Amino acid sequence: MKKFFVPLAALTAAMFAYAPIAIANAPYESTMLLIQKIFYFHVPSWMAMYAGIAVCGAASVVYLFKSRPAADRLAVAAAELIVLFGAIGLVTGPLWGRKAWGVWWQWDARLTMALLLELVFIAYLLVRAYGGPGSDKLAAAVGIFGTAVSPFVYVSVNIWRTVHPLNTVVPTLRAGMFGPFWFCSAAFLLLFTLLIMMRTQLASEQAMLDELYLAEDDGMV
Amino acid sequence: MFLRTALLVLRKDFAIEIKSYEILSTTLFFAVGCVLVFAFALVKEGQAPPDSAAAILWIALLFSGTLALGRTFERERYGETIRALLLAPAPRPALYVGKLLGILCLLGLTEVLLVPLIALLFSAPLLERLALLLPLLVCGTIGFAAVGTLFAAMLMRARTRDVMLPILLYPITIPVIIAGVRGTSALLATPPDQPTTIMWLTILLCFDVVFVTLSLWTFEPLMTE
Amino acid sequence: MDFDSVRLTDVSRHFGRRRALSKLSLTLNAGDIVGLLGPNGAGKSTLIGVLATLVTASGGDVRYGRRTAREGGSELRQRIGLLAHELHLYAELTARQNLAFFASLYGVEADNPHRFEEAIDAALERAGLTDRAGDQVLSFSRGMRQRLGLERALLHHPRLVLLDEPFTGLDDRSVGTVSTRLRQLAAGGAIVLLATHDLDLADGLVTRVALMRDGRLLSDEPAATGLRARYRSVVGGS
Repeated sequence: MKKFFVPLAALTAAMFAYAPIAIANAPYESTMLLIQKIFYFHVPSWMAMYAGIAVCGAASVVYLFKSRPAADRLAVAAAELIVLFGAIGLVTGPLWGRKAWGVWWQWDARLTMALLLELVFIAYLLVRAYGGPGSDKLAAAVGIFGTAVSPFVYVSVNIWRTVHPLNTVVPTLRAGMFGPFWFCSAAFLLLFTLLIMMRTQLASEQAMLDELYLAEDDGMV
Repeated sequence: MFLRTALLVLRKDFAIEIKSYEILSTTLFFAVGCVLVFAFALVKEGQAPPDSAAAILWIALLFSGTLALGRTFERERYGETIRALLLAPAPRPALYVGKLLGILCLLGLTEVLLVPLIALLFSAPLLERLALLLPLLVCGTIGFAAVGTLFAAMLMRARTRDVMLPILLYPITIPVIIAGVRGTSALLATPPDQPTTIMWLTILLCFDVVFVTLSLWTFEPLMTE
Repeated sequence: MDFDSVRLTDVSRHFGRRRALSKLSLTLNAGDIVGLLGPNGAGKSTLIGVLATLVTASGGDVRYGRRTAREGGSELRQRIGLLAHELHLYAELTARQNLAFFASLYGVEADNPHRFEEAIDAALERAGLTDRAGDQVLSFSRGMRQRLGLERALLHHPRLVLLDEPFTGLDDRSVGTVSTRLRQLAAGGAIVLLATHDLDLADGLVTRVALMRDGRLLSDEPAATGLRARYRSVVGGS
């Protein structure tokens, strides 16, 4: 695992360094011009967020039923990244909206859905922090239920919003835009992978430290 | 064995409740208080904004339900009777079902009070549309209570259980609120928009099936340390 | 399913950095009254939780006869009785209602309502609460609750009787009654494990002594006189 860190980090850094160039070279979208370019970071952060949700849900199931500590470490790492990438999306979204249509927040279906899921996984982190002993299992339940509720959130928020349709932005991608878009998506997913690996590694080192403390206690008696 | 255990737990909770009606009466009064707070906040010149009846009904249920959940499980914490329950020679999810049925009865009674009250205060034709309102309320309540019972049970051992329950419960039950309010709203429109209500009802039904199953499945690992 | 011994092999349980049980091995046999002694935080409650299938061990093996808890499933719980410090009674219900609920829950005389009532009456009598049967547990003194709690735990004639410091502050009259009851149980083939601080209660009652500290089993030996001195020398402290 660890030997991948440096090359992966280097690759991710290189991709993010090149990304602005790719984005600058992309053609302008017809109505929103420069503003629309925020989309190259906005949508990929959603992709990273949903990747995190899938990972957290699966890891939580494994942890709850098989009690494997590695699964718990993966679930926490994924939850933190969900909150991180969700926050990026929830900041870039309103920035875009403000500039494009003059309104910070208009209950756009996708932003609202992301906000809800962000709240669920913030709750995950709160349970871990303040739930007391045994909070790892409680958090696993939140992870599982949070992932299970995602399709329901998607359906209900979508229908909820289409009754009063507003100009939600589904940019029609012109030819030159696909390149930078997939490039940035790849960059974000690589960043997600790098961060989740590093975070899980950190958690497993903490676990090893716990083991050493316990062993030290053993040695002392 | 499963159903028998669930019904035993339900009967036991009834037996405790009828001694003082503490949880029932305070929950009912709280729900009414909730409705009044919203009424005073929203009514302007004798008129509430459109669709507020639907919203207030479901919000009052959400808030009073959350409180009732906390208190039903507080009863099992005192005296640590939950441990004795978990030791019963029956499948542990039966305990979950017993508790769930209890909460459903409690919330059902709350709805019996709230629906006519809201219909009266907001001149909403809720009582005329009972044919679809009833299934909507039943499915929505089951959805909320299914997740709520599981979370309240698992939080019994947690330190900050009182505030943790709404923190965990509200985001996950938002789809129930959306479906309930939108479905009730559609029903209250003139003329009542039945296809929309039925669509939301279907969503609620799916939610119920998924989350009752998920709760039954995760109950035992969550209740053992 | 039934068993006549419970064997723990290298059972461990940790909560994060805190080790509650550390490679603990112990065998409990039918007819034993094992005194589980140790200071606060020794892991006695965790051990009892593991034996009661309420706490899962992070390592090691627990066998009831030849079966593990998972293999035993819900049938295994039919043979386990637990009484902890909080006594597991519903304060708002009467003594009779408490016993009736748990008796039904544990399937006592499920097919015979007449014998069912007799079992409850017998339990009330053994607890010395026949005349208070219709009173709410709320109004009982701690000693009365302890006696009721014990009978509640024994309604279904469990093979493994786990007692987690339920008898703190037990009055002298009751000490004798409880001790007799536990001896009767052991004589009838039950496995009794009594975790307690109360060395006076344990002394003379228990047939074996298991001493714990910091999640570790320090000694497991037949009971002898001079329990208090033995405890001090092995466990240390007061």
